[in-house]
Amino acid sequence: MATFTFLNVLWFFLIFVLIAGYFVLDGFDLGIGVLYPFVAKNDEEKAVLRRSIGPVWDGNEVWLLTAGGALFAAFPNAYATTFSGFYLAVMLVLFGLIVRAVSFEFYAADSGWRKVWDVCFFVGSLLPALLLGVAVGNIYAGIPMDAAGNYIGVPLLGLITPFTLLTGLLGLVMFLAAGACWGALKAPKGSAVQQRMAGLRIPLQVAALVLFVVISVYGHFIIQPAMTPELGALRWIFAILCVGLLVASIVIPMKKDCDLGAFLAQSGSMISLVMLLACSMFPVLVTASADSIGPSIEILNSASSELSLLCMTIILCIGLPLVLVYHVIIYRTFSGRISEESLEH
Amino acid sequence: MEIFTDVALLSRFQFALTVAYHFLFVPLSIGLGLILAINETRYYRSRSEEDAAAAQFWVKIFTATFAIGVATGITMEFSFGTNWANYSRFVGDIFGAPLAAEALFAFFLESVFLGVLLFGRNKVSPKFYMVSGWLVWFGSCLSALWILIANSWMQTPAGGVLNADGTEAVITDFFAAAFNPSIFARYTHTVDALLIMGAFCAIAVAGWYLLKGKHTEFAMKTMRIGAVVGIITSCLMIVFAHSSAVVVYEEQPTKLAMMEGMYDSEVPPLYAIGIVDEENQEVLAPFAIPGGTSFLATGTWDTEYPGLNQLAETEKYADMDVDELPVGLVFQSYHLMVAMYGLIMLTSILVLIFTFKGGKIAKMRWLQWLAVLSPIWPFIAIQTGWITAEVGRQPWVVYPSVTGPEGVELLTADGVSVSVSNWELLLTIALFIVVYLILLIGWCRVVGRFIKEGPVNPKAKGQVPMVATVAPGADGAASADNGDAAEAAADETPAPESFAATEVKAVAEVFDGKDPLPPFAAAEEAKDASAANASTDQEGRE
Repeated sequence: MATFTFLNVLWFFLIFVLIAGYFVLDGFDLGIGVLYPFVAKNDEEKAVLRRSIGPVWDGNEVWLLTAGGALFAAFPNAYATTFSGFYLAVMLVLFGLIVRAVSFEFYAADSGWRKVWDVCFFVGSLLPALLLGVAVGNIYAGIPMDAAGNYIGVPLLGLITPFTLLTGLLGLVMFLAAGACWGALKAPKGSAVQQRMAGLRIPLQVAALVLFVVISVYGHFIIQPAMTPELGALRWIFAILCVGLLVASIVIPMKKDCDLGAFLAQSGSMISLVMLLACSMFPVLVTASADSIGPSIEILNSASSELSLLCMTIILCIGLPLVLVYHVIIYRTFSGRISEESLEH
Repeated sequence: MEIFTDVALLSRFQFALTVAYHFLFVPLSIGLGLILAINETRYYRSRSEEDAAAAQFWVKIFTATFAIGVATGITMEFSFGTNWANYSRFVGDIFGAPLAAEALFAFFLESVFLGVLLFGRNKVSPKFYMVSGWLVWFGSCLSALWILIANSWMQTPAGGVLNADGTEAVITDFFAAAFNPSIFARYTHTVDALLIMGAFCAIAVAGWYLLKGKHTEFAMKTMRIGAVVGIITSCLMIVFAHSSAVVVYEEQPTKLAMMEGMYDSEVPPLYAIGIVDEENQEVLAPFAIPGGTSFLATGTWDTEYPGLNQLAETEKYADMDVDELPVGLVFQSYHLMVAMYGLIMLTSILVLIFTFKGGKIAKMRWLQWLAVLSPIWPFIAIQTGWITAEVGRQPWVVYPSVTGPEGVELLTADGVSVSVSNWELLLTIALFIVVYLILLIGWCRVVGRFIKEGPVNPKAKGQVPMVATVAPGADGAASADNGDAAEAAADETPAPESFAATEVKAVAEVFDGKDPLPPFAAAEEAKDASAANASTDQEGRE
């Protein structure tokens, strides 16, 4: 490990921290978007769900842009390989995010096109929620690359395997669970929509737990049996933490009427899952599959120069506290459950 | 056909399409952001019902526009990786940092306080709300700074060297890279153009209401704001545009030569219009001021300037094939931009004079029409300006500028993603066209509706329909209240905060047990009521 510098390792984990931040924050509003047509039975319930994420979704989404920008700056080769290699998948995520963002603002103002914007909101949430997990599955399981690190497999369809479908499904289920937890937390206590959201939490988290176990076993013994991570001990800690928090997020809503606790446990399980992935992959960012010509993309063959990483670290040290302050401001301003008055904005 | 198989060409086409579309909404966002912030400040100071309506009007238009700007901006950040993977590998060490900084410093600021603008009117204090408006605008200007740092670095690279094996540019000095030779000129030039755009949109909305004879008070107020911002930004543009031209002259010789169609070395003249005959390598123009461009760039009338043919013979620009260069496109874009500036200046002056000279514009239909059409000028100027900047640096994506570090240059064709095939590109280009067209139609519908609706008081919105539905069959008390409300509005006295709430409660009590009118009818009546309100409003003032 002596060959890595401090900044190398720091940025490797920071990328995953930013991704975890994105999953936790945008996860619940993507989940709300996917659950929206099924859980909300009338216009008022729809308004409650939209309003629950209205003031915050945009800021949440910026975490993805930050993670993308940070990956570009810190590991340009990994950014170039993944974004160009997963071209059509990235484009689908992108189109999803675009129509979703716009549908949100236009829904209230354009009653004639409400159906269009409703569909956009659902599809725009579903595409990222499903495909992000598929992408993560691929960087773990490995993709075929040429010597320069360009993806040489079949576009889009080549990325879909039983394993990556499972990881995509796990991602989706966890985002749905996050959405259910958020809905249960924000909708008026005891309202029909709040009850429905609360009821969804346990089955979704049980599904997530089952998928997590299946994927862990499948990934560890069949997909990457030879992988010997340098951070074996840390990996166990995060694996146990992830299982523990998943169980907690199932038990809390059963035993106690604590919607915030359920939400926090669910968020914690997502963070542990991303950090578990980071520890399993370290120091690799994009795994090369067996039919690859080129090597895996890892810290040493993709990291930016020390000076570049130092600049980024300084930028982050100034920027991240500001970002956290902004988030505290917005979540405090719009804290508490949605009330009737706040719907007529 | 080449155009369907050439990945580099298709990638460029997709980037041009998506960035031009993005830059349709960014100017509106940043330009209108200022108008919005000014209106919020006005409202904060006066707390009058009218200013509340005006501020809310701009919040609605701004947020609808901002949403598309944000959404289509994601495309741009992703596209470096998706379509320009080799470019990303080459420049990532330097170019990635500004993008990450943009997200951290600007995007979070904009998006979080946009949430306050959208949903916080009744949740936060008036001061906080007003400050949020300024913060969103400030954030969008900051975002423009970082992305222009990135773009300017591609035009005039600095603060980096080519690494030992020649595969990537490595940073040596962050501040030299960020504050590269062209950033100040290009930032001021660009942002000022966006503010002109915002001012002209305000003028256009105001002109429209004057033409229709609706919301005339609001229209004149808006016209005044637009006229002041318009004239200041238009005048500043002379300085900013000039310094931009000087940087091009000093740093990007091939771009300047393309802008003026100089194939062979000459003392550059100044053309107003003309046609570039690319085959015979000459400019056909009806008239020219000899040495004019030379004077503008250097202050002397007789500085000879190298032409494209001479530049192509130098080692630095040897990769350039003069016959392949889109000289005509750059020439026309540049001259169209300048011509549009002439119209911008003319419109600014006319609007300023007739708005402030006794408000004569209120009766001048031709000037009102000019105001309505005026956003077209900055719109064309902004688009053609960017075409000049981006096509003018071809065939390079990282341009070998005069003072740029040795070897830090990349041909556009070498920057593409190897793993993306032409049919994938054709598919995504088709998708972009469809999705972006739907967004454009949606935006036009929404903004059209807002403009039709006009500046309506946000507080009255929740209150009038309820009263209106009661009015027909209700007893005297309720309708007297209604009259009071109208009077209060006419007198311009701000209603006490709790007034609306008690009113609604009282009406709701009256309602108990009865069937309210269906929402549609209620809305219709509300419209009538607010129209009546508006007319009393006007009478009251006359």
